[in-house]
Amino acid sequence: MRIVVENVAKTFIDSKREVTALQNINFAIEEQEFVVLVGPSGCGKSTLLNIVGGLMSPTDGLVYFEGTNQKQPNLAIVFQEIALFPWRNVFENVVYGLEEQGASKQEIQEKGQHYIDMVGLNGFEKAYPKQLSGGMKQRAGIARALSVEPDLLLMDEPFSALDAQTRTLMQEELLTIWNRTKLSTLYVTHNIQEAVYLADRVIVLSRHPGTIKEIIRIDMPKTGRDSEQNREQFEKYSNQIWDLIRHDAQEALLEG
Amino acid sequence: MMTEPRQTITNRVAFLEQRIPKYASVLGITGLLLLWEIICRLNIVPPLFLPAPSAILTDAWEMIATGELFKNLFASLYRVGIGYALGAVLGIVIGLILGFSRWTDAIVTPIVYSIYPIPKIALLPLIILWLGIGEMPKVTIIALGVFFPVVINTFSGVKNVDPILIKAAVTFGSSHANVIRKVILPGSLPMIFAGLKLAAGTSLLLLVSAEMIAAQQGIGAMVLHYGNLMITTKLMVGVLLLSLLGLLFNRGLQWLENKLLPWK
Repeated sequence: MRIVVENVAKTFIDSKREVTALQNINFAIEEQEFVVLVGPSGCGKSTLLNIVGGLMSPTDGLVYFEGTNQKQPNLAIVFQEIALFPWRNVFENVVYGLEEQGASKQEIQEKGQHYIDMVGLNGFEKAYPKQLSGGMKQRAGIARALSVEPDLLLMDEPFSALDAQTRTLMQEELLTIWNRTKLSTLYVTHNIQEAVYLADRVIVLSRHPGTIKEIIRIDMPKTGRDSEQNREQFEKYSNQIWDLIRHDAQEALLEG
Repeated sequence: MMTEPRQTITNRVAFLEQRIPKYASVLGITGLLLLWEIICRLNIVPPLFLPAPSAILTDAWEMIATGELFKNLFASLYRVGIGYALGAVLGIVIGLILGFSRWTDAIVTPIVYSIYPIPKIALLPLIILWLGIGEMPKVTIIALGVFFPVVINTFSGVKNVDPILIKAAVTFGSSHANVIRKVILPGSLPMIFAGLKLAAGTSLLLLVSAEMIAAQQGIGAMVLHYGNLMITTKLMVGVLLLSLLGLLFNRGLQWLENKLLPWK
């Protein structure tokens, strides 16, 4: 199954003016592919993710699954705001999607526990979100998304609210989890190192209007990208992306 | 060698972390009662104006023995119980509908806000005209008084539910009905409880006012009756009973809130 984004455009109509947030967006996410959207602030990357996630309608173009074999595809989102339900404990949050799919009690119990173990939250099933640290909250958010076994996993800057150390650890863990699940993933970030570390392909967006500047295939083994022998190649990709973004990022800075 | 002069830095906000012993909360109330008793015993104030706590207690015991106290208490509890329940349930249901449907919000909210500022007791004569002189008008006036704070709080509770949670629920497959049941209702529950607590005070106020205007039984009627007879000890029994009732009411709601909102 692949996901196709075709000619997507998005225009926001303000009371005063029209703002084109996205224009001419064309790409596909292949089965078991990890695609990262990267761009300066205000390039419309979150808008694009929302459109793909069905939380916003595009002004033009469409997004569709291909090769579904009549099966209703499902998707899951890991939110930047984490968006756990504060009145549900970790377990109840993780199995929310399963509950809504009408899964059996036994399936809910088994899958819920499986994914809680996978993200390393065992022992915290009964804890409420407010009792967890930021990193642990997002683990629960990831487990909630994984537990529905989605055909497409969307991640909207999932680690941007975390401190730098937690973030590095979470990136490593995400990679480990991804290598086990191999879910087709669309990941949004403004962090270039994160993009190079995680992606099969990086889509670089420019701003005003948001268009695809370049699509870069990261030709490195999926694990050990941060090791010493890969340092040079890692830097090369990072620099390449930074050169594409730098100008736009500077403009964004001046606009505030 | 000469020792350098030292200036130790101490915590200047230590007063913010001061610990208070548990008995402190009982201290004030006991002190007040004691002072009250002493003033009365020393005959500083005539007992007609301010009866002593011990005298009030004795009279209360007597009123319990004759069954007078409970007869009036139950009459009041019945009215406030039914009126409060009715107003609360209607307030929550209509508040949820107003919060969820933009059409009903646009049409009904102006009506709610124009009736809200009317002191409900002013409607009692009209309601007695409509519903007769039985229990109905008193129950109705209490229900009305409870309805408004609850409906307004429920409404803003619904509006304050974080949209990202609704998006998350929909993403993970929730239907509209489930969004209301699993996200909007629990999300607005803290605000609903704030409304319920506000309404608890209002309901007692309306109970006593209505009973003073139009009732043979009930704490309000009892207080007024003994006021007219200038039997202030028995009057004070009613007043203190009201204080106790309000306290219990609030505690009960607090207990229910802690029970229903363990995640807060």
